[in-house]
Amino acid sequence: MSVADLFDTMNYGPAPESPAVVQAWLDSHQRQFDLFIDNQWHAPANAAYLEVKNPATGAALAKVANAAESDVDKAVQTARRAFESWGKTSGHARARYLYAIARNIQKHARLFAVLESMDNGKPIRESRDIDIPLVVRHFYHHAGWAQLAPDELADYQPVGVVGQIIPWNFPLLMLAWKIAPALAMGNTVVLKPAPYTPLTALLFAEIVAEAGLPPGVVNIVTGGDETGAFVVAHRDIDKIAFTGSTNVGRILRRVTAGTGKRLTLELGGKSPFIVFDDADQEGAVEGLVDAIWFNQGQVCCAGSRLLVQENIADKFLEKVRRRMAHLRTGDSLDKTIDLGAVVDPIQYNTIDRWVKIAKAEGATIFQPDIPMPQTGCFYPPTLLTNISSASTVAQEEIFGPVLVAMTFRTPAEAVELANNTRYGLAASIWSENINLALETAHKVKAGSIWVNSTNLFDAASGFGGYRESGFGREGGREGLVEYMRPVWQSRPPHTDPGAFDLDRWSSDAPSFPPALNSHSSANGLPPLDRTSKLYIAGKQKRPDGNYSQPVLDPGGHEIGQVGKGNRKDIRDAVEAAHAAKGWADRSPHERAQILYYIAENLAIRSDEFAQRLVSMTGCTAKTAQHEIDLSIDRLFTYAAWADKFGGTVQETTLRGLVVATHDYLGVIGIVCPDEYPLLAFVSLVAPAIARGNTIVAIPSAKYPLCATDFYQILETSDLPAGVINIVTGSRDHLTRTLVEHEDVDAVWYFGSAEGSYFVELLSVANLKRTWVSYGKSIDWTDRHQGAGEEFLRAAIQVKNTWVPTGV
Amino acid sequence: MTSTEFHRNQPSPLDLGFVYDTHVNPSATRRRADTLGKRRTVKKNWQAAWLLRAVTCMDLTTLAGDDTPGKVQRLAAKARQPVRQDILEALGVGDKNITVGAVCVYHARVPDALAALQGTAIPVAAVSTGFPAGLTPFEQRIAEIRASVAAGAQEIDIVISREHVLGGHWQALYDEVCEMRQACGNAHMKTILATGELGPLWNVTMASKVCMMAGADFIKTSTGKEPVNATLEVGLVMTRAIREHFERTGYKVGLKPAGGIRTAKQALDWLVLIKEELGDEWLNASLFRIGASSLLGDIERQLSHHVTGHYAALHHMPVA
Repeated sequence: MSVADLFDTMNYGPAPESPAVVQAWLDSHQRQFDLFIDNQWHAPANAAYLEVKNPATGAALAKVANAAESDVDKAVQTARRAFESWGKTSGHARARYLYAIARNIQKHARLFAVLESMDNGKPIRESRDIDIPLVVRHFYHHAGWAQLAPDELADYQPVGVVGQIIPWNFPLLMLAWKIAPALAMGNTVVLKPAPYTPLTALLFAEIVAEAGLPPGVVNIVTGGDETGAFVVAHRDIDKIAFTGSTNVGRILRRVTAGTGKRLTLELGGKSPFIVFDDADQEGAVEGLVDAIWFNQGQVCCAGSRLLVQENIADKFLEKVRRRMAHLRTGDSLDKTIDLGAVVDPIQYNTIDRWVKIAKAEGATIFQPDIPMPQTGCFYPPTLLTNISSASTVAQEEIFGPVLVAMTFRTPAEAVELANNTRYGLAASIWSENINLALETAHKVKAGSIWVNSTNLFDAASGFGGYRESGFGREGGREGLVEYMRPVWQSRPPHTDPGAFDLDRWSSDAPSFPPALNSHSSANGLPPLDRTSKLYIAGKQKRPDGNYSQPVLDPGGHEIGQVGKGNRKDIRDAVEAAHAAKGWADRSPHERAQILYYIAENLAIRSDEFAQRLVSMTGCTAKTAQHEIDLSIDRLFTYAAWADKFGGTVQETTLRGLVVATHDYLGVIGIVCPDEYPLLAFVSLVAPAIARGNTIVAIPSAKYPLCATDFYQILETSDLPAGVINIVTGSRDHLTRTLVEHEDVDAVWYFGSAEGSYFVELLSVANLKRTWVSYGKSIDWTDRHQGAGEEFLRAAIQVKNTWVPTGV
Repeated sequence: MTSTEFHRNQPSPLDLGFVYDTHVNPSATRRRADTLGKRRTVKKNWQAAWLLRAVTCMDLTTLAGDDTPGKVQRLAAKARQPVRQDILEALGVGDKNITVGAVCVYHARVPDALAALQGTAIPVAAVSTGFPAGLTPFEQRIAEIRASVAAGAQEIDIVISREHVLGGHWQALYDEVCEMRQACGNAHMKTILATGELGPLWNVTMASKVCMMAGADFIKTSTGKEPVNATLEVGLVMTRAIREHFERTGYKVGLKPAGGIRTAKQALDWLVLIKEELGDEWLNASLFRIGASSLLGDIERQLSHHVTGHYAALHHMPVA
């Protein structure tokens, strides 16, 4: 094209970034990569290699090893050996290594960016301006955490050997999110990159060696899904961190159930992008570009569900269509494009299938008339209208450049629609009214909320989901704790689920009055019956099945009876807990006051509770009194925490405010242990309600009476109905209903190894958070074991709200 | 009457509802402005062509107290031949009659400019209405416009009363600009908002809307004398206001950023902004101008580099 012609047309032209250095780097490796173990390249045991392609051109880039089980085993053993010393390395030394990694990536920033774009298909602008700078920032930030950890996190130790499985959409960034906190806290790593996009991880391996990281601290095993399965299944892995689809996340939850492996999952989303009628519509349109056409929409937190206020919808959608006509699609190394290639033809077909389903369901499809590359794997930016919340594509994650649009009428309806999803990863809220924007941010259930902005990330702010978008956070202090355990806690022992039997575990033992009534009566009169009912919605309620269960003392004498709850009682208790959700919006001061009031009322009746403990457990009066004193102490502890664990201001790169709120989880099912029947019950229930949750508690089946006696304390302590619900009966039988319930947000289970296994296994129903004891008893009287930060953290989920400022 | 004059923006009644229906989020605006020049770039022949286009959209300006007829003559000569002919020939555009968009001077220098530009189609623009502060008596400001038009200026760059914007006196602003437009007659009116003195970004949008309803042919960012002049953020909200005005009325209003644009890269960013936000129809001198004095030298050097492959010295380019 001549300058004269271009002067007349003023068209854009190609602006290619050179692939020459990357090609030379690949050539220097003969375009074949082995496994990175112990800072050495190791050929895979089965001599098998996978081909890696450039999705924009279809050209083969290199071959990478397809690790076999023995290779993974070698990597894990190496990591284990390295952990022995790395876990004891000083914080300052670890900080220096992380700092060196950050510097080395920065030095080779363009090489990483070009390689990432060639491997993944994403525009070079994104890898250059977003991915790689975030990677560098992540290592710097965590170098800082390594430096501070010995003081700031003195009560914690590293978890051990961590298996990390990362996706193909942000290959190096997800590597950084996984490796930086793991190393900072003293763990060693076996990382498996995605089979489509392993190349930047292999370049990173060379960076690791260049930084002089001790051998075995970072090991990178490439391969397919099978390799990932070997990592997950390996017995000597202490934690699995995974980013990927919700379906695979479910599989990992099942596979790791009961093993005692820590698990964090960062999964899918269908994140709402809410535009109110007072929004800066032009800004919101650009926000959408960054939300759904960033990385071709292959972003777990993509703002893929546009909710626009009905009174501006036509105008706004017209602006969106106009903007779409200005999007440019092309080779990932072209510096003047907005959308590159999707990662693989398989992904292309998946996206296309969703769009066809939408069409069949009556959606209107808009794709702008823009030039599309003739070869390569390019999907056009797409807008789907005439969509309702019942539409398949309004519920399912498409993972492509496809936006679905719906309307709402009022702020309340916007929140309702936004939360009408099984996911909860992120949300974008557009309004120039600060009250409206922040109130909506408060009500939308998602881990990252971007006010008048979208897709903002930073190492200082934890990223992760609510609901089926997974659990755990990456970034910030909230992300670090996922790579640590309290110093008193050891890795739970391995259990073999082969011997476990779900039906046996959850069976309901029949109960009826004892054959011989051994009640004695002091004054010759028959004893006054005190059969406890269930406690649901603030009322003592007869069990649905109308059976009762005797409670025996250590001598086998009946000391009372409790109602025998069934699945319908659990259902009712969960409904009651949901109905009491206003509890979370009570002021922290009010929640504290009620906890103090409970403590006060328990103190008044401490003799009665002590007697009960003595008669149930056979302990001494002194021991019983100690348990009561500790229970009161614990109530005070969580009354104190009720207004002191609200969150933090995060120091990110954003101009504005990023606030990490410790949001309540919702409805928590709490299954109490037999030991310390009052103290354990209080130690679990108090933090849960202090942080705004409502609960369904299943007391110890053996010693339920302290819990049932507690009704009267609750009734006299101004606790709103439904905040605490108590269902007695066959404990594990009830637990099964609770853990399978899809509207329970978390289950805490302090019981057998078998029960812990099933709780984790069955939690996949809605990927509820679980906290289980793996059959290990803890010392409830110890203030670290029985009242550590772990209890508070289990009671909250972190929501990061980003509020940019400026005039 | 030329065809551009046929489509010239016409005053329309002040619609305060439209003015108040303004929602500008500064952070989101900044993000877009910051990434525009990173999402788009032009290289090689494209870059040369775009830089030439920037030259044709330039209001080559001198607005100094020591402007003399001699200084204006030199400026006009540069306006006629903004890029060395050998460079133009090498680029293959020697026959394109590439000149700047206009020459912009104070009223007193209008006759000098006209004389120096005789025989060309390059219009002379006069800054007017008590430039740059706009605080001379209103009658004098109107009289100044008339005088410049009478002296032969085909374009008048007026300044608005910032107090009307800061006080929210939209009717007063509208009335003022309407009268100025009337005084301009057939001369095109560029309305300088002096955005650096208007406070928050949404004031820029509201002022833009009012000035366009009052009949501005162009809205212009700055006098070049404010502490902050043409930023891309301000340009962005102004282009968006222009688009909205076009959608409401069918009239196209031009944009003129001025002040602080000194490098070829900045000029390209502005062209990208116009192309992305308003479209190719706006990418010419009838709807886009860059007010600048030192920019041309940098563009000329870049063009020279394009031709020769080596970096050029500023003193090899004829000075304006």
